[in-house]
This record gives sequence, C-alpha cells and structure tokens, in this order.
Amino acid sequence: MLEVEGLSKAFGGLRAVEQASLRVDAGEIVGLIGPNGAGKTTLFAAIAGFHRPDAGRIVLDGRDITGQAPHKICAAGMVRTFQITQPFGKISVRENIMVGAYFRTGQRREAARVAEDVAMRVGMQGQLDQNGNDLTVAGRKRLELARALATGPRLLLLDEVMAGLNPTEIVEIIGVLKAIRAAGVTILLIEHVMQAVTSLAERLYVLNQGRMIAEGTPAEIAENPQVVEAYLGPGAAKVLRA
Amino acid sequence: MNRAAVLAMIALAAAIVLPLLVPGYLVNVGMLVFFLAFIGQSWNLSGGFAGQTSFGHVVFFGTGAYTSTILHVTYGWNPWLAWPVAMAAGGLVGWIIAFLSFRAGLRGSYFALITLAFAEVFRILANSVPFTKGGLGMLIKAEPGAANFQFRDPVWFYYVALALCVVSLLIAWRLTQSRFGARLVAIRENEDAARALGIDVFAEKVKVLVLSGAMAAAGGTFYAQKYLYVDPNIAFGVDKSVEMLLVAMVGGAGTIFGPLMGAATLTAINEGTRWLASVVPALKNVQPLSLIVYGAMLILIVGRLPDGLASLFARRRRHA
Repeated sequence: MLEVEGLSKAFGGLRAVEQASLRVDAGEIVGLIGPNGAGKTTLFAAIAGFHRPDAGRIVLDGRDITGQAPHKICAAGMVRTFQITQPFGKISVRENIMVGAYFRTGQRREAARVAEDVAMRVGMQGQLDQNGNDLTVAGRKRLELARALATGPRLLLLDEVMAGLNPTEIVEIIGVLKAIRAAGVTILLIEHVMQAVTSLAERLYVLNQGRMIAEGTPAEIAENPQVVEAYLGPGAAKVLRA
Repeated sequence: MNRAAVLAMIALAAAIVLPLLVPGYLVNVGMLVFFLAFIGQSWNLSGGFAGQTSFGHVVFFGTGAYTSTILHVTYGWNPWLAWPVAMAAGGLVGWIIAFLSFRAGLRGSYFALITLAFAEVFRILANSVPFTKGGLGMLIKAEPGAANFQFRDPVWFYYVALALCVVSLLIAWRLTQSRFGARLVAIRENEDAARALGIDVFAEKVKVLVLSGAMAAAGGTFYAQKYLYVDPNIAFGVDKSVEMLLVAMVGGAGTIFGPLMGAATLTAINEGTRWLASVVPALKNVQPLSLIVYGAMLILIVGRLPDGLASLFARRRRHA
C-alpha cells in the first residue's frame, strides 16, 4: 500500500533522515520505533507532505506522491496525527471532528453524523461538547485520532498516540486501534511505549540516527543486538546476553 | 422558528420603524452604527473567523471608494452600476494581497504588517497619480435622487446601511453553518492541524480575503456616495483600518454579532464624549476625549474580556 524508498531529509547540516525505506501492506499495523531524536517524526512529516524530501520516493497505492501537499495526500487516503497534540482549542470536540468529516462531505448534517459516529468509535461520545482546550492528555490523543479518522482514510499515520497515557488508558486505546484496523484501515504508528507497540504491530521498523537499522517481527527486533545497542548504548547487547 | 430568529425579526422590525420615532440626528447615528458594523464584519470574516489579523483593511475600503468614484466622476457611470465593479476591484486587491503574502507563508503579525504596508502604498499612490486627482481628492457632484445613489432624505442612507448590515450578518451566520466557515475556524485555531486534515489552507485563506475585500469595497462606495467626497486620507487612512479592527475586537472577533455590538459601543462613546465635552466646560480642552475613552475601553476589553462583548451574552446564556 505504502512504499517509501531511500528517503532523505536534512535541515541545514543536520541529516535527520538518511536513505530510509519502508513498506506497509494493506491491512497491517506496522510500528516505527527508535530512540529519541532518531528522525521518526521527520520521516512521518515527509511522508505526509509536511516536509519536501531531499531525495527518495513515496508511493501510495502505486501512485507517486512525493512532495505533494498534505491536502492532496489526504485525498489519496493517507492522513497523519501529531505527537504534540494540536486540538482546535476554542471549539468543541464535535466541531473538531467535523472539520475532518467535512473532507468527505459539504453537508453540515452529514458531517455532524460522521463526527458522532467517529467519537463513538474512539470512545469520546461523552465529551462531544467539551472544548478542545479542556481535554486531558488522553482526551487530546483520542481527538487527534478521531479527527484523522473522520477524513475517511485508508492509511493512518499515528505519531505517539500512547505517549503520556497511563496503563489503563493505553489498554483502552489499543482496543480502539485494533477495532479501527478491523474496520479496514491500515496503520503505521510511531511509538515509544514498547509493550504497546509489540502487542499491536505485526512488523516493526527501527530508525536510529536517521537510518533504518532493522526490520522484522517484534520478537526478532527484541533479539537484534543493533537495536538493543541503539537504545542502551554500545556493548549493552553483550552485557545482556551474559 | 427558534427564539433567536424571532428576536432577530423583532430587532429588524424595530430598526425599520426607528426613523419614524426619533429625531434626524439619531437616525444619522444609527446609519453610522450599521455602516461601521458592516465594514467591521468584513474585517471579522478574515480577521475574526479565519484569524488572519489585518492592520490595513482600509486598502479594500479605499479601493471601492475610488473605483466607483472614478467610474462615476471621470467616466460618467451610474454609481449603482459602479458599485458591483468597485466590489470586484476590492475582491481583486484581496486576491492579490492574499496570493502574495500567503504564498510567501506570512502569518500572524507579519501578515498584519504587510496589509498595513499595502494600505500605505495605496494612500501614497492615490496622492500622486493623476487619475485620482492626487491630494485634492475627488468631489462627486450633488445630484440628489435615488437613481444617482444620492438621497434627498438622509433616512434612505440609513436604510441602505441597515440593509448592508443585515446582509453582512447573514453572511456571517451562513459562515458558521457551512463547511467553508468550519475550515476558516480550523485554520485560525491551528494551521498545521488544518493542513493535516486535508484543508487547502492557502486556497481557503485567499477565498476569505477576496470575500472580505469585496465587502469592505462595498462600504467604500457607500461612504463616497454618502459624503460625496473621497481623498487619499479618507480612503486609505490608517484610522479606518483601526476602526474596522476595533469594532470587531471590542464586540467579539469571530462572532456573528460582535461587529454590530462593537459598532454600537464605539459610536455611543464617540457621540457621548462629544456631548459631554459640549456641556462640561472643563472637558472642552480635553480633545479628542473619545480617543481617551477608546483607549481605556480597549485596555479593559483586552484585559478582562478578551473574547469581546459578545462573550458576556454567551456566558450568561450558558448559566441560564
């Protein structure tokens, strides 16, 4: 469904992402992990059209979408959420989600119906009339998800939807994400919470210092010495094995 | 029909019969309120709903005033016919400014400063090019008659201003009910999130500035026909920009009735202080008193009621 080939992005002298490639097939949940500052969010932003890549190609359903504007990519069926939540603060949750829903319809009534429907799916039906700014961290994360979902995507790019949540909230959101996938939406997610990502994703990619260093099932990744060292420092793999 | 619609109908009926009940001076004040509410609403569409604060909205107003006046005085057009052309010219200037500044990615205070710069450039141009008659300004020959957009009885200007104000309220109301309006608010609240949700931010911002520009230009033509005179300072002076912004901010930016409430408040202050200065000898030399009160008012609003007077009503309704 989504293929990224040799994507590079530099900011001045800082090479945030270098020659990164990944593939997501329809119906999968794929995780993208890596230590802080590895370039995960930059890679996401480039895929979603927020940064123009310096090199590489992004292909969605066989169509080259490299360097296209976010609204065109959204029309092609791919939408992103933000790690730092970006609610429309002074309007209600309902109106927030309606902005997403308006992507598929010009009718207010239909947009409101979609918004309520989506709110139900992410468990926000009780908060529809609260303002975006009045939500808790967990609420804001759900709102990010809900708005993106309301645009009717086939592929969701989720940037750390679980960061900052407590264990109960994480269990809840994992259920929500599984239901979304079951409804036919493919998911690529960046995640820091390891247990969460291993219980969700079938495959993982590991990004470190802008480069893809590993790819595989969660079990394979946990065994990979390069990955262990990326997280815990050089030599750590040897120590752990001993 | 719901309660708000009934209230609006009653208010409209009252505004229509008002001139029959009050002296001519108050009719003129009412005309000023509706006119100010109208141009304030034009600012409110782009500055309030879409959050694109402009310091130079007068550029559209002046474009409208000059376009219709030049067509009328120099080329002999009927002012009614020149009116839509003036609006188109205002829309075109809106498109040009929006295209240039939003393509360059200007946001917030940078956009505000660019609009101010445009207004100043237009003022200087109007002062120096021959077809505006420079700093002398342009006089429109008095030919009273409704066919010439000049009225023997000033009450008709009151009614035209009222009609403009009602149209502007309907546009604002329509905006709050539509996808276009929802997208503008999304852009105001968070541009990046709006982009991620598939909104073509650039196109929407250009659209709203064209609409706003055309409206302000309509106000410009009205003003020129009412006072039968335009000059660069009237048409492109910074005070009108400030007035438009102020009525919207004081009343409540991004609300339907904000500009009308702001216009009523500001006009009341204006007239009240003038009256006070005429009866209290000690205040005679404190001029212009209205500006001092404006300033104090603005400090109060920004400090205590950042969402404007309209928020007072919204809050009360929620408690009720």
